[in-house]
Amino acid sequence: MHKQRSNEPFVWLLFSAGGVVAALFIPIQLFLFGVAFPLGWLNGPSYDTVRGLVHGPIGRLYLLVLCTLPLFHWAHRFRYTLYDGLQIKHLNELVNTFCYGGAIVGTAIAAYLIWQIP
Amino acid sequence: MAEQIAVEVTRFSPERDKTPSIQSFDVPLRKEWVVLDALNYIKDKVDGSLSFRWSCRMGVCGSCGMMVNGEPKLTCATFLTDYAPGPVRIEPLKNFPVMRDLIVEINDFLGKLSKVKPWIIRQKEKPVTEGEYLQTPEQLDTYKQFSMCINCLLCYAACPVYGLDPMFSGPAALALAQRYNMDSRDEGKEERMDILSQHDGIWGCTFVGECTQVCPKHVDPAGAIQQYKLTATQEWFKSFIMPKGAK
Amino acid sequence: MATYTEYPPKGYRVRMSTYWWLGKWPYLKFTLREISSVFVAWFVIETLLQINALIGGPAAYTEFQDFFRNPLVIALNVISLFFVVFHTFTWFNLAPKAMAVRMGGKRVPNILISGPNYAAWVVVSAVLAWLLLRG
Repeated sequence: MHKQRSNEPFVWLLFSAGGVVAALFIPIQLFLFGVAFPLGWLNGPSYDTVRGLVHGPIGRLYLLVLCTLPLFHWAHRFRYTLYDGLQIKHLNELVNTFCYGGAIVGTAIAAYLIWQIP
Repeated sequence: MAEQIAVEVTRFSPERDKTPSIQSFDVPLRKEWVVLDALNYIKDKVDGSLSFRWSCRMGVCGSCGMMVNGEPKLTCATFLTDYAPGPVRIEPLKNFPVMRDLIVEINDFLGKLSKVKPWIIRQKEKPVTEGEYLQTPEQLDTYKQFSMCINCLLCYAACPVYGLDPMFSGPAALALAQRYNMDSRDEGKEERMDILSQHDGIWGCTFVGECTQVCPKHVDPAGAIQQYKLTATQEWFKSFIMPKGAK
Repeated sequence: MATYTEYPPKGYRVRMSTYWWLGKWPYLKFTLREISSVFVAWFVIETLLQINALIGGPAAYTEFQDFFRNPLVIALNVISLFFVVFHTFTWFNLAPKAMAVRMGGKRVPNILISGPNYAAWVVVSAVLAWLLLRG
């Protein structure tokens, strides 16, 4: 009989992959879109430039990876933070549903929006 | 009169006290004295009822672990002068029930340790006449670091996950499991995997990393656990590709 | 007179404080590292809002940029940037611990694992900046 093992390796892999994506890609984009462009330090790209970057298959795939994996990264870390920080391990099921459910819903929204890019 | 340092020690008697209290002693501050020497001075010269564990006084036996000013330390390897002018506070190891004064109850750890099977497992022992199980220096080097553990439990005292969830296997037990997993003579990886890859095993760890920081033997339990997470994930995917009879 | 107690006595247990992570810098650093994930999620939400504006056409996209000029949003993004960079550093510094790469019978030094990670970060950031700043 094969012993049923937990799905922890799978969510851990998503967490790790998301951690790498977040570490590599997010700082520069957050700096540009969140700080440098709004404060006028640098000129932001035009609508056509942004659309030109993301309307191809590679651009769409990039956005999908950029949005989904970091969400699972968040889900995993936030789940443990809730457990340990607030000591609410007894609310296990609820926390899991909120965190991983949130990431799954986020993934669906991301996929839908990215599909819609003209 | 030589210089003195105030040593504040946790006192607790299960027969007499509801909660532990702190008692302060003045101890000579000598350059060559470690915290354990101060405790022995108190026991020999001031109050013989003070209870604490110790044995080798040279960082090998792992029995004199205590909290020194809130940090888990081997008291035989922690110099008093580092805490001058004092006071220095000695408390029992955190995250364990206190039995008396500075002595903690460690049965929980001992149970967890034997559960991860920290010994060499062979599917079939070869007869003695066929000789030893050979190992190259390179093969020894892969696990040597993890084999330095002296079970002093400083890592358990430093681990908030263990403090919050006593079900967690904890740093030393997991590092020692990994020590045998990485031993070229061992064939028990599969057996251990079932125990280790549960939520209370490696997946309970959130990589706080303090176990590695406080380890007096540089075992790096945090690294051992993360490396094992990687192995367990690979095995998990393999079990999809080769579901039946895969080893 | 001491009274008889059963052997072994139960021992005195201390429950961990809810604020355990505030007591020591390594614990606080750990908690900040974990909290960084919230700001990662916030960036994803911002990106999804951006894509949504992009779908709306040029006018909607230009109008949406006002959202980023809101002082509160700028403040939040500055804090987020701090946390996200903190995540990058902690992530790359911890990576060698999780990956025990061995070559020629020896463990590869940590710097040879975190080093290429940092190099990749610089290259990726430069490429993304170039793509977005071309005009």
